[in-house]
Amino acid sequence: MAEPVLKIDDLCKSFGALKATEHVSLDLRAGEIHALIGPNGAGKSTLIHQIAGTLKPDSGEISFLGERIDHLGTAERARRGLGRSFQVSSLASEFSALRNVMLAVQSRQGSSFRFFKPVMRDRSLVEPAMEALGRVGLRDRARVPAAELSHGERRQLEIAIALALGSRAFLLDEPMAGMGPEGSKALTGFLDRLREEAPILLIEHDMDAVFALADRISVLVYGRVIASGTVDEIRGNAEVRRAYLGDGT
Amino acid sequence: MKLSRETTINIVLALLLLALPLVAMQIGKPFYVTLATRMAILGLAAVGLNIALGLGGLVSFGHAAFFGVGGYVAGIMATHAFNATPLAAFPFAIPGTNQMLVIWAVAIVVGGLLALAIGAISLRTSGVYFIMITLAFAQMTYYFAISWPAYGGEDGLSIYVRNAFPGVNTAVPLNYFLICYAVLLAALLVFALARNSRFGAALQAARQNDVRVASVGIRPFRVRLAAFVISGMITALAGALFADLNRFVSPSMLSWHMSGEFIVLIILGGVGRLFGPVAGAMLFVMFEYILGGLTERWQLFLGLALLGVVLFARGGLIGLIAGKARHG
Amino acid sequence: MQTALFIEQLLNGLQLGVMLFLMAAGLTLIFGVMGLINLAHGSLYMVGAFACAAVAAATGSFWLGLAASLAAAAAAGAIVEILVIRRLYERDHLDQVLATFALILIFSEGTRWIFGSFPLYLDIPPLLQGSVPLPGGSRYQLYRLAIIGVGVAVAVGLYFLIARTRLGMRIRAGESDREMIGALGVDIRTLYTVVFALGAALAGLAGALVGALQSVQVGMGEPVLILAFVVIVIGGIGSIKGALVGAVIVGVVDTMGRFLLPQLFTLVMPASQATTVGAALASMLIYIVMAVILAVRPQGLFAVQR
Repeated sequence: MAEPVLKIDDLCKSFGALKATEHVSLDLRAGEIHALIGPNGAGKSTLIHQIAGTLKPDSGEISFLGERIDHLGTAERARRGLGRSFQVSSLASEFSALRNVMLAVQSRQGSSFRFFKPVMRDRSLVEPAMEALGRVGLRDRARVPAAELSHGERRQLEIAIALALGSRAFLLDEPMAGMGPEGSKALTGFLDRLREEAPILLIEHDMDAVFALADRISVLVYGRVIASGTVDEIRGNAEVRRAYLGDGT
Repeated sequence: MKLSRETTINIVLALLLLALPLVAMQIGKPFYVTLATRMAILGLAAVGLNIALGLGGLVSFGHAAFFGVGGYVAGIMATHAFNATPLAAFPFAIPGTNQMLVIWAVAIVVGGLLALAIGAISLRTSGVYFIMITLAFAQMTYYFAISWPAYGGEDGLSIYVRNAFPGVNTAVPLNYFLICYAVLLAALLVFALARNSRFGAALQAARQNDVRVASVGIRPFRVRLAAFVISGMITALAGALFADLNRFVSPSMLSWHMSGEFIVLIILGGVGRLFGPVAGAMLFVMFEYILGGLTERWQLFLGLALLGVVLFARGGLIGLIAGKARHG
Repeated sequence: MQTALFIEQLLNGLQLGVMLFLMAAGLTLIFGVMGLINLAHGSLYMVGAFACAAVAAATGSFWLGLAASLAAAAAAGAIVEILVIRRLYERDHLDQVLATFALILIFSEGTRWIFGSFPLYLDIPPLLQGSVPLPGGSRYQLYRLAIIGVGVAVAVGLYFLIARTRLGMRIRAGESDREMIGALGVDIRTLYTVVFALGAALAGLAGALVGALQSVQVGMGEPVLILAFVVIVIGGIGSIKGALVGAVIVGVVDTMGRFLLPQLFTLVMPASQATTVGAALASMLIYIVMAVILAVRPQGLFAVQR
């Protein structure tokens, strides 16, 4: 079997006495959606922060595309192709959706130190950005300031940004949050196709979406992975039912 | 093509500033030429600060350091040229000069290097720390200028003859105004280009959300440092022009009141606006002149006016007339 | 003789440090609780000095003047908080900087209007005139020792206030969670006014104490304010302990630098040149120390977790 795209090995992180991440190991393979579920406070966000580089783990290893990345900063990890969507914040809320995505395109092209050419007249920026917006269905809203987008549209924008970065793997933090049933359905279909392009580590509370999409599921409770396996294995796992899904579901 | 309201205001402001000295000469009030030159130079200094503050959200309370250093470059080089003593004897003799173009280049380089040093330390922090640290470093240059007697110490340094510009008699006030005005326009062009460029996009995005900017692979620190250096360079150039206008530099150019004034200019005009600093400088110099003529206590009224603007009119003059800023 | 001079300078450094602590404690408290950067803190120092000088001149009593300085600075602080500062808590730092910069202009010009441009002079009270012997044979001004004593007393007092009293508990709660103290039913507006007035009173006290050593004039607060900024940057914003340690570092380093550096340079260059270079370098020394500390610990020595 091929080398996993993203590999997390024995990761630990505590805040004082609180063990937020306890010996977590998991991996993400090419072409799959690996869902990370667990009750609130289970340490899902803390884990994402460590993978993306905004938090430093106490111990353990993170490898991406076969190379250790745990010593790298957030920006460097993103440049190597680790695309991340955020739960709440927008990239640049005063900028239009288009300019937000253009920022990702410019980062991918490698230079933010060009001082003269106006970005809005730079077709090498505008066109890829429009294309990414088109793929998530935001083309009509390209000129709207990010701050004025609806909650669901901002989730879509997040994904467009990750797409424009040319990410080799996606870390998606609750992309369905705040979306109506219509939007969720459309996004589910989109993520289903997206996995062909790059694998997705998906944090999501919407269990219908998780069970519909995931190839594998890992369950995080109190900072520990209590179970990991296919959808059917997780559905049938007694410990998971007790700890998280609740008996009788 | 229809011009936006802000563009119209910008053109009007540019023409107004140009018209002031021309009219002044016509009606025989040459003093107003000096006033207009002051507006242009302070505006230039604030255009520099506007790159850091307006685009990058970096509240530097230490830009007087760059302004003063630019002034001292002009003063020191001119003094050595005037006395025909070398600027440095080792490793090889460097003479002073009275050529503005050379002086400007040196002021820009020295200002940029100082900004690089100050920025490299202070940009590791943010928020209140950044404000206090930039202020403290500017104060360091101020005390250094006072305690270093070679160039006048506390008393400052006089430039006996205004420095020279190829083909122009700089001693004529109107000529000198036009030089300063041209430099101001050039700096505004730099600001406009930078704002709309990739660099400007990264810088403005870092102001809005620096964690997110890093997450798309752009390091905010580098972008901000570059902005801070460019900002310091422009303000240093303004300092060199200011020294030539007054034919005098003193530590007061480095004082924190000066830093405060630059921020005030930008706020009066409108933060992040292309012509905000120019509008602010025109307003400020006019205010200073008119109120200063009426009462010795004009700073009291300046304080009250400023308090009013901060508490009740946040967009500044241009914001008041042109409405909210739009980003493409 | 050298040792005596050395001890004297060390005490001078300590005295400067103590004075800076009085300033920095208020600044850091106000930032810690309300998240506000107050440039006008130096103006409150000036208000204290002027109030002390004016009342002492009118009544002939330094002690009445000292009481007046506390009252005047606290009152000025409370009034300013209610009229202006209160509107700034939710604003960004830029607005806070500008509004408090405007307050400096208003305070300075206002004071000049009332008292004129000439400095006032304040005598050391008879009780504290004279000097005490130092080891090594020289003598040291009693008044300066008294300032050091006041500073130590204030530091101890602040410690008890914050660690042991109901007000201190609210201040600590306010530092960690602003919404929480609202939820606890504490009248947050009054708390903020009280904290601001307390910081102002400390600044006023510092101004009055120093007023007897220097002349009392408009603008006297600003150099001290900037030194106090260096102090809290070094100590860590929001930390009273950091303010104390930072103040002593800045006071001692600054004073000893001015004393020792010129002498140090005489070892390697001619005396006249050494004085110049030493003095120039000494004027920059605390800022260099600040830069070094920041390079190692960007959040200061005693950073408050927020």
